[in-house]
Amino acid sequence: MNDFIEARGISFSYAMEDDPNPIRVFENLDFTIGQGELVAILGHNGSGKSTLAKHFNAILLPDEGQLTVDGMDTQDNDKLYDIRQEVGMVFQNPDNQIVATVVEEDVAFGLENMGVEPSEIRRRVDQALESVGISEYKTHAPHRLSGGQKQRVAIAGIIAMRPRCIVLDEPTAMLDPQGRCEVMRTILDLNRNYGITIVLITHYMDEAAQCDRVVVMDSGAVLLDSTPKEVFSHVKMLKSVGLDVPQATEICYELNKAGYTMPTEVLSVRDCADELQKLIERTYAAKRKAAKLGGKK
Amino acid sequence: MLRDITIGQYFPGQSPIHKMDPRMKIIATLLYIVMLFVASHPLSLIVGIAMLVLMYRVSGIPMKMITKSLKPVVPIIIFTSVLNIFFVSGDPLFQFGFIEITRQGLMLAILMSVRILCLIAGSSLLTYTTSPIELTDAIEILLNPLKKVKVPVHELSMMMTIALRFIPTLIEETDKIMNAQKARGADMESGGLMQRAKALVPILVPLFVSSFRRADELAMAMECRCYRGGDGRTRMKQLHYSHRDWIALCIMLVSIAAVLLLNRILA
Repeated sequence: MNDFIEARGISFSYAMEDDPNPIRVFENLDFTIGQGELVAILGHNGSGKSTLAKHFNAILLPDEGQLTVDGMDTQDNDKLYDIRQEVGMVFQNPDNQIVATVVEEDVAFGLENMGVEPSEIRRRVDQALESVGISEYKTHAPHRLSGGQKQRVAIAGIIAMRPRCIVLDEPTAMLDPQGRCEVMRTILDLNRNYGITIVLITHYMDEAAQCDRVVVMDSGAVLLDSTPKEVFSHVKMLKSVGLDVPQATEICYELNKAGYTMPTEVLSVRDCADELQKLIERTYAAKRKAAKLGGKK
Repeated sequence: MLRDITIGQYFPGQSPIHKMDPRMKIIATLLYIVMLFVASHPLSLIVGIAMLVLMYRVSGIPMKMITKSLKPVVPIIIFTSVLNIFFVSGDPLFQFGFIEITRQGLMLAILMSVRILCLIAGSSLLTYTTSPIELTDAIEILLNPLKKVKVPVHELSMMMTIALRFIPTLIEETDKIMNAQKARGADMESGGLMQRAKALVPILVPLFVSSFRRADELAMAMECRCYRGGDGRTRMKQLHYSHRDWIALCIMLVSIAAVLLLNRILA
């Protein structure tokens, strides 16, 4: 897999004016994201995950070190808009990222900024709306849509620009369960069917469990970086940095601790249910066996 | 409670006036205002009234909307009429003690009030039949020549668009903050004017703070979408003048000519 985003030894600190001690967010961090990957970044508040994400499309620039996107250095001012076109970004609050008063106008916003031909804008807007499944609302006012729909409008606004990577900074944090589900489905679809690299910053472990790779950050450093199964098997370590594991994993972990043999690499509710059933059957069979043995005596 | 506020007064529709190019609608409205001020005789204003009735008929906007739009200007009309009737000197029509009503005064009063009425009703039709976004687009294009003298036309229209976009969001937010403050025991419905104004402070402060935060986030989201001002920007929706717009322009010009002619005849 080619490295699409590559950070080498980057450091960043928020410098407050007339404050001699700037707040260091991360120091000498190495990080890569491959082309076509679906990466989740986890970490509790203040772990530097959002700050890192803002480096991916040159909203923030590293103080030291180098970050390249598809071979382009983010420090290079001439490439700024090329980078921003390749790496789109979706934020937490859908209300604060929709610019226009009509859905389709908003989706067109990025393309208009890029100076794309009007007929081409029309085509791409329609395609983008189609791919996130909100074509029927294209002439609506954004404030009449639900949270999940608004967030999908925001995503459509990004994919209309044909980026190769989308960074989503807690896109589901302000949504209800249904909206969260809609957005997650859209994200997975974009990755699987359109080959778009996705960086998903999230607080929801169940969402992270659906990704290919999970990166756990703590106080500006990468703590764990592996497949979801591998990462979530470190239940203790995750808890120590203020994170949770998916509920399914947690059940298995607790059962294991209580003395039942359960696999610890369970992520989905479905798998968990299967394993529980197996456990019940096993215990039941064992009991029957014990009862039989007892009867023989 | 705040949710009932409608932004602008746009009535969506399919009439020929709705379908007109918003730029031409603005031009036509300006011409209509010119026509009203060109009319120097109450009778020539009949053209103005006829145009008004005709336009409302064509647009399919209910006539009762005229009265609704005129309500706020009634005090102004009464005020100017009274001034004109009693204080314009000329041939006396009616005398009662020191009060004197002149023919010229009466004429001027009628002329002014009809003028104001038509002006308000006519320009309301523009906002009734044009969506705010079309209006901002049209204003941006019409003001484009001013860019040469360094007027930030694109920035102004972007500000208008964003303002329109955030009105419902901020109304919702105000509603939430009001409820939150009420839940903490804030009293907003009783007391005198000063007390009520003071009660607004705990609503306005959080509203301002959150607006600034929103502005910050929006600016970042716009940057992420390659926003870099109006240079080199294209628009998805292009405006086109059609034959409908030229006909409308002709009608306006002909009616101005008619008013001028009537002025001549009646003078």
